[in-house]
Amino acid sequence: MNHSVNQFLDELYQRSSRHIFASLVRSLGDFDSAEEAMQDAFASAVHQWPTEGIPENPVSWLVSTGRFKAIDRIRRSAKLGELSEDIAIRIDAISSSNALKSTHPIEDDRLRLIFTCCHPAIDPAVQVPLTLREVCGLTTEEIASAFLTEPKTMAQRLVRGKAKIRDARIPVEIPEASELPARLDSVLSVIYLIFNEGYSASRGESLTRVELTTEAIRLCRLLLSLHEDSEVRGLLALMILHESRHETRTDSSGDIVLLDEQDRTRWNQELIIEGCELVEQSLRSGRFGTYTLQAAIAAVHAQAKSPTDTDWSQIVALYDVLLRITPGPIVQLNRAVALAMRDGPDSGLAVIDAILQRGELCHYTLAHSARGELLLRLGRIELAREAFQAALSLSSQASEQRFLEKKLAKLPQ
Amino acid sequence: MKYMLLIYGAESSWTDAERHSCMVESMGICKELEASGKWIASSPLHSVDTATSVRVRDGKRQITDGPFAETAEQLGGYYIIDVEDIDEAIAIASRIPPAKKGTVEIRPLFDLPELPQN
Repeated sequence: MNHSVNQFLDELYQRSSRHIFASLVRSLGDFDSAEEAMQDAFASAVHQWPTEGIPENPVSWLVSTGRFKAIDRIRRSAKLGELSEDIAIRIDAISSSNALKSTHPIEDDRLRLIFTCCHPAIDPAVQVPLTLREVCGLTTEEIASAFLTEPKTMAQRLVRGKAKIRDARIPVEIPEASELPARLDSVLSVIYLIFNEGYSASRGESLTRVELTTEAIRLCRLLLSLHEDSEVRGLLALMILHESRHETRTDSSGDIVLLDEQDRTRWNQELIIEGCELVEQSLRSGRFGTYTLQAAIAAVHAQAKSPTDTDWSQIVALYDVLLRITPGPIVQLNRAVALAMRDGPDSGLAVIDAILQRGELCHYTLAHSARGELLLRLGRIELAREAFQAALSLSSQASEQRFLEKKLAKLPQ
Repeated sequence: MKYMLLIYGAESSWTDAERHSCMVESMGICKELEASGKWIASSPLHSVDTATSVRVRDGKRQITDGPFAETAEQLGGYYIIDVEDIDEAIAIASRIPPAKKGTVEIRPLFDLPELPQN
């Protein structure tokens, strides 16, 4: 009996501790108290369930036990007979949220927590680890190793985030309808930052850090299940389609393999099918934005059997729409590369040169390497060499540097 | 929850007419906040040219003309409001006219129960 209750509790902890935590954060308004209350609640369960039996709804038992434990702690921390008005109000608020809980779906609390961790009043450098810690349940050590920093540094960032939420009173709430689109944007950008940090590590040796891409996709799936939205779907599609090529992006020595040289038979077809379906659903909604469009471009690539088989006209057309929604030099650069594939290297090169002449992207590695590639195709070797050298001098990522060095070495003298 | 909204901006970026209409609009916001019990205090400040800084070091008082630090944006006024949470404070801060030209910094007030209450 004891053994099976303990095993049940272990599984419940794995499966539901983040849900319980999210609910406790909502009623306690403080991450540290919520963490303590949750530990207290599980400790009570270990104590009581073997003799009293497993309650009918174990999760809500743990949530309400956690709330009572929190009230106990608050009472004990205030000196006897000296319950200040503030503390009395807090206890009231916790009790009333306890009474409400039965009508309140617990999943919504996780959504609230996502919005809190990604609140624009929190530094983006803190939003990302805070979301991984509090919503995904990664340990501080795991997050630190994923971001190649010391656990101590990461712990300080998390403390700073939690203190900001508590002291500035950042609410644990789903934003009002008028604020929702902007706030959702900030959640999506945190998820995409997590993905990109894993997908193209901006510094250091390894090009992909799988754990972060997996977490980002998992988080986006969760968000979509809690909140139907075409851009959430678009971002999920975008990440899944990138992920489908993950195996072929680097060779056995960890060096970059460009899209047109990747072994397409090794692309993950299951992910491609899922990604393309998500893109189509989102496009059909008619309310799509930048993530959906980027996913649509990735889908066109994913569906092409070979680089020459790619529908470049459609890709250029999608970039045109993307440029209208989010104008900017990076989108222009990507469009220029597609344009070069559709109309020849000359036309792409003209666009890139115009961007650089405006003084934009001059310090962006990929602008110079794309320029080098097009010059090379035009047979202008010396200019190509200069462009690749410029790219190399700007790159801070080891695998990118090796890629550019190889490019340079292969140029005819 | 009490917050102070500190309004920073380049003093030279305002014409007299703009300053006047800013005051009128701000007063409207204050009246509205007061009616809903959310207003505690607020005021514009005279130009930073009128600032005086005082420091006491080793028991010796130093008085200097001007602000503590020379910056591009100067403190030009403040609000103290009592609202539910930071989202409400942000909503109010974004309605204050100087938010369009300068910066409104939102700082939660540290609650000190022993302070004299009025």
